[in-house]
Amino acid sequence: MQAPLARLKRPSALYRMLGDRVFVVVVTLLALGIVALSLGLGYYLYLGGAQAIERFGFWGFLTGTTWDPALKEEFGAWPYLVGTLLTSFCALFLSLFPAIAAAIYAAEYAPKWLVGIINYLVDLMAAVPSVVYGIWGIFVLAPFLRENLFLPAYLWTAEHAPGILPYLGNPSGYGFFTAVVILASMIIPYTTALARDAISLVPQAQREAAYALGATRWEVMRLAMLPYARGGILAGVILALGRALGETMAVAMVIGNTNIMLKLLGIPLLYPLFGPATTMPSVIALEFKEAVTDIHLSSLIALGFYLFLVAFVVNLLASYLINVFKVGGQRA
Amino acid sequence: MRSLQARYNRDRVMVALLLLGTALAALPLLLLLGYALIEGFTSLNWDFFTKTQKPPGELGGGMAQAIVGTIILNGVGLLLAIPFGLAAGILLSEYPEHPLNPPLRVLSDTLNGMPAILKGLLAYVLIVKPMGGFSGLSGAVALAFIMLPILAKSTESVLRLVPWTIREAGLGLGLPRWRVILSLVFPAARAGVVTGMLLALSRAAGEAAPLLFTAFGNVYMQLNLLQPMDSLPVRLYTYAVSPYDDWHRQAWAAGLVLLALIVLTSLLARWATRGRQ
Repeated sequence: MQAPLARLKRPSALYRMLGDRVFVVVVTLLALGIVALSLGLGYYLYLGGAQAIERFGFWGFLTGTTWDPALKEEFGAWPYLVGTLLTSFCALFLSLFPAIAAAIYAAEYAPKWLVGIINYLVDLMAAVPSVVYGIWGIFVLAPFLRENLFLPAYLWTAEHAPGILPYLGNPSGYGFFTAVVILASMIIPYTTALARDAISLVPQAQREAAYALGATRWEVMRLAMLPYARGGILAGVILALGRALGETMAVAMVIGNTNIMLKLLGIPLLYPLFGPATTMPSVIALEFKEAVTDIHLSSLIALGFYLFLVAFVVNLLASYLINVFKVGGQRA
Repeated sequence: MRSLQARYNRDRVMVALLLLGTALAALPLLLLLGYALIEGFTSLNWDFFTKTQKPPGELGGGMAQAIVGTIILNGVGLLLAIPFGLAAGILLSEYPEHPLNPPLRVLSDTLNGMPAILKGLLAYVLIVKPMGGFSGLSGAVALAFIMLPILAKSTESVLRLVPWTIREAGLGLGLPRWRVILSLVFPAARAGVVTGMLLALSRAAGEAAPLLFTAFGNVYMQLNLLQPMDSLPVRLYTYAVSPYDDWHRQAWAAGLVLLALIVLTSLLARWATRGRQ
């Protein structure tokens, strides 16, 4: 055996010494691209919006309530910020029960064949493009809500309590509530997927111990599983919030896009429940192409910068929670 | 302690509630799929794939330019994203001790959760503004931004599925680490890596928001990457908010095509990674 081995050509010194180092350097540099991209996202959005932020001030732009590209050329993010936060939190609230119920049902109650179907549907739900939700919202959901909810509610209110009509707004079907319903159905899969993973990470012994004590299925879930999995569920909820904040097309297609707000205690704080509203992403999507003046463009990019700040914090929080609670589901 | 019967009843009520919640969660998707299938199939025809847009108000025409544009934009985007995404996946999986890993993992997850429209704005600031006009290239870059974190994540997770013994066998034979990764680990994970690319592709293919002010859209067939280019999601959006019934019909057809694309990719992904997890 000695002879054939000796005849093998030894790799060159360059190959042996440098190969690994070169490879690591190349891989690291390319991976740094992702780091640079996520930090550069904030930096370049700030640069793009600097003109608007400098002219109106960081807080001035944030709390400015006028958005007038045509005459005064004055811009403020407040109506859009409030619209984004209101729609997102309402959608989050609306999505909580179905999302967590689906996760618990799939994890503990459903027969095995149904679990596969539920999981597949959840994955599919997250993958359906925003514009497809949007077209469904325009042609199916909005007319349905108008006929079966908005109009009856509006007519009833007009008869019994005309004072609160302004808070209901124009029941055209395209407005705040429709956007919230669409958003809620879009973010369900994010909560469900993470909650499902968190529940499946609960050690089997935990479940068996509770069953051995004579607990019913719901008591097992309530007393042994949920306290263990709540960190992961919370991470899912926050991730879903992040998605809702940045959702663009589906919202832009059904929300009606008006920045006229209702005043509460003299401060513009609300949008009418059924009437048109607006959000940061949807105004960027709709006005960007039509923006002609530099300050208008810059204001739209500045809106993007504020959206970046909010989404960055929310996503960092979600990613922190996921990493903390992933290790055996501890820290409960 | 409540009586046994009361506890059983409580359990039944909870099951009913959970079932109701699950049904509520699935309802929008099932309705959406149903409508897309019905409206889409009745509007799909051969013209949709072979003809470009007719003037507004005129019946007929199709989305050939949007289909070609979507293929080009996503193809170029994927090519741009692959080196960075795979490298990040390799770093995260094969060099667990690398100091860059913790920030890379967090920032990659954060980037994945960032609104797609912001990635479009970034491509606008970086490419459209300096070049002075909308272009397919800037759209492809924006889509690459969307694909990057997905690629990194999926590559990392499939490389991790390759048993460590394979790496040890290669290292034991005296192979340098980079040869072990490229010639042993990657081929073993090939199906998974390709699946990750498909998933990234299907996520990006449905995005309209980042293309609105980068690739912009175009009613004519356009193969030049430096010119504005059309895409299915943008065309769907434009048609859906238009006042013409015939365009609404075509928008549904585009929605069905996008949905079919996503269902196909997800089935393919399941098939490629079957029996792994």
